[in-house]
Amino acid sequence: MADLSALRSMNRLFYVLLAFGGLAALGGAYAVYMMEHHGHIISGMNNQIVWGMPHVFAIFLIVAASGVLNVASIGSVFGKAIYKARAPLASLLSIAMLSGGLAVLMLDLGRPDRIIVAATHYNLTSVFAWNVVLYSGMFSLVIVYLWTMMERRMNVFNKAAGLAVFVWRFVLTTGTGLIFAFLTARQAYGSALLPPMFIVLSFAWGLAVFHVVQAVIYVWNEKKLDPEILQRKKNLLGVFVIGSLYMVATYHFTNMYFAHQHGFELFILRDGGIYPNLFWWGYVVLGNVLPLLLIYAPGLGKSKCVMAAALLVVLGAFALLYVFIIGGQAYPLNIFPGYEVSSSFADGQIASYTPSIYEFLLGFGGLAIAFIITTVSVRVLNFMPQDKPYISD
Amino acid sequence: MSDTNTQRREFLKTSLGAAAVAIAPGMLLYSTANGKTEGASSQVRWGMLIDTTQCKPDCNDCVTACNTENGLSGGKSATDSQWIRKIEIKDVSNGRVTSLPMMCQHCEHPPCVDVCPTQASFKRADGIVLVDRHLCIGCRYCMMACPYKARSFVHETLTDQNPDVPRGKGTVEACSLCVHRIDKGQIPACAEACQNKAILFGNLNDTNSEIYNKVRSVASKQIRADLQLNTGVRYQGL
Amino acid sequence: MKLLVSLLLCLCIPAVWAAESTTPKPDIGKGGQCVKDAQWMRLNHMHLLKHQRDETVRKGVREEQNSLKNCVECHASLSNNSVVAREDGFCVACHRYEAVKIDCFECHASKRRATLVTKDVK
Repeated sequence: MADLSALRSMNRLFYVLLAFGGLAALGGAYAVYMMEHHGHIISGMNNQIVWGMPHVFAIFLIVAASGVLNVASIGSVFGKAIYKARAPLASLLSIAMLSGGLAVLMLDLGRPDRIIVAATHYNLTSVFAWNVVLYSGMFSLVIVYLWTMMERRMNVFNKAAGLAVFVWRFVLTTGTGLIFAFLTARQAYGSALLPPMFIVLSFAWGLAVFHVVQAVIYVWNEKKLDPEILQRKKNLLGVFVIGSLYMVATYHFTNMYFAHQHGFELFILRDGGIYPNLFWWGYVVLGNVLPLLLIYAPGLGKSKCVMAAALLVVLGAFALLYVFIIGGQAYPLNIFPGYEVSSSFADGQIASYTPSIYEFLLGFGGLAIAFIITTVSVRVLNFMPQDKPYISD
Repeated sequence: MSDTNTQRREFLKTSLGAAAVAIAPGMLLYSTANGKTEGASSQVRWGMLIDTTQCKPDCNDCVTACNTENGLSGGKSATDSQWIRKIEIKDVSNGRVTSLPMMCQHCEHPPCVDVCPTQASFKRADGIVLVDRHLCIGCRYCMMACPYKARSFVHETLTDQNPDVPRGKGTVEACSLCVHRIDKGQIPACAEACQNKAILFGNLNDTNSEIYNKVRSVASKQIRADLQLNTGVRYQGL
Repeated sequence: MKLLVSLLLCLCIPAVWAAESTTPKPDIGKGGQCVKDAQWMRLNHMHLLKHQRDETVRKGVREEQNSLKNCVECHASLSNNSVVAREDGFCVACHRYEAVKIDCFECHASKRRATLVTKDVK
């Protein structure tokens, strides 16, 4: 009887969680309605900061969605058993986050009702248009991949599907990086380093999200993650965090090497008010140094520490994206190199931006979509990692 | 049998041809009578030469004329559209101040057209870069890509637009070089409004045009020439 | 089967009855025929407009007669100079009846040109 009541309360908890997710999604829908009705005037975005908070959420979700597949790839492509057991969960998370991210991106459009035009009038030279193909292709590929894992008769194709997903996700993150890398006129972007930087960032963010979700599922099912497995995964997270910090540092170093980028680097790293603060405190300290300490410091690195580290990595990701996307636009576009510029259209001035509540509602709506898809799927299908007794490979 | 068939075919062909010859001029007449224009020609490249030495710092006539012509509010807030704006630039090395109007530069290789996912941003045969608002989904990627910040996004519902200049919420817009005036044989509103004749408009490909000859005789610059976009708007005296 | 037939009948009767009483009666403004007859226009105006819009916007071929501007010029109501301002406006009357959204006038002027005063500059 005691068992049954416990089960019942778990059941209730599930619906409460679902209700919370639904509420957040509803908030997002409300924001979409308001932005559709009134226009983007009610958002904080303007003609200088054309991409705002929704894009921070969307790009995080999309980058993490491709990164989380790494867990699956290590299993399928490189044949590591403990990762293979986690491939279904990783694929599910990827689909969930991709849906959330794309929803935010689409619903932030000025004319979301015309989204079909993106399919009927295709511009071959546009990175955005390439990404339309990359995202939808990823979606279908991951579904096929999941099928090969969950349907016994399809198992034979698992390796091939795994390889396809592996390649596709690299191309996809490259595409996401290229959106910015091709903006040659803007000081903040237009760097060939951006695609690889986004790939390494995706490793760290994806694994962090995966870890958080996995930890919650284990608690929910009253299971305990094998300490050996935890050890390996936390070390991997540590390596990815170091790697991403290295890429971000390289990006800024190369920028400082070019004389015409000095102003921008000083702005982002020292003088820009909220941007350097978010960069140093939010991204570097909270998003990198602290997680690394939690992972590697002697005496730390236990289950709770790794969970905290993973959450901090996600937090750092948002800080970095805010600095990258909004800080990058806030710094004045250099139309006349070597001149001091002023005009009625904010030329030569730092653009100001205050995100509005609707942008946050929309962003959290995207997170909610990912959350609902994950929660429901984990509940109705078997995504629980099934570990054999751990053998080091 | 085959012979009759061939004959029949020949007859049909000839009569069809004759019918076409008979109808074509009529169609042509119909078209002209109904105000149908030829359309943009690729022989033409519209452009401007802006003489910054003639541009007065406190004069805003081109901006006002643009706003009136295109039905812009003229507001200066961060969410208001500005198709043309006056920029004051000061040479850091010697302190020389110049004033100039800045708008869409109508590039030969426009970055906005490259990045637009739906082909809404496009370049007309005569070199005018436009936004097809029927296709624009409002992603603002072109605004990110434009090196001149020439484009604005319509942030709120508009009413009572100029019948010749449709514009609406949720789409991106920019200087159209007053394409509706050009198609009627007029010059852009800013060029017409400039009292100092600082804005010279014309066909950069026409060897008889004033702009063609002036671009060849005086020193002019393209802004951000390093990007090699070959802009249609050139500046003199920078 | 009988049930189905009677159900269908029940559905049809109010529809027929409704159709007779609420057939749209648009205010045709100045009216008159310039492109084709009314019946043809009812069926095909959207194709004309769409063709015209692509020709004009992308190629610069401006055919005055088929332009939306020209439609509005004649068909705007004589009382309020608009094709959409009232329930019986030239465009709105049928579009509302058929429940087809008109996108045009979010961007295009819905009023007769002469009545649009040039806006004051802020």
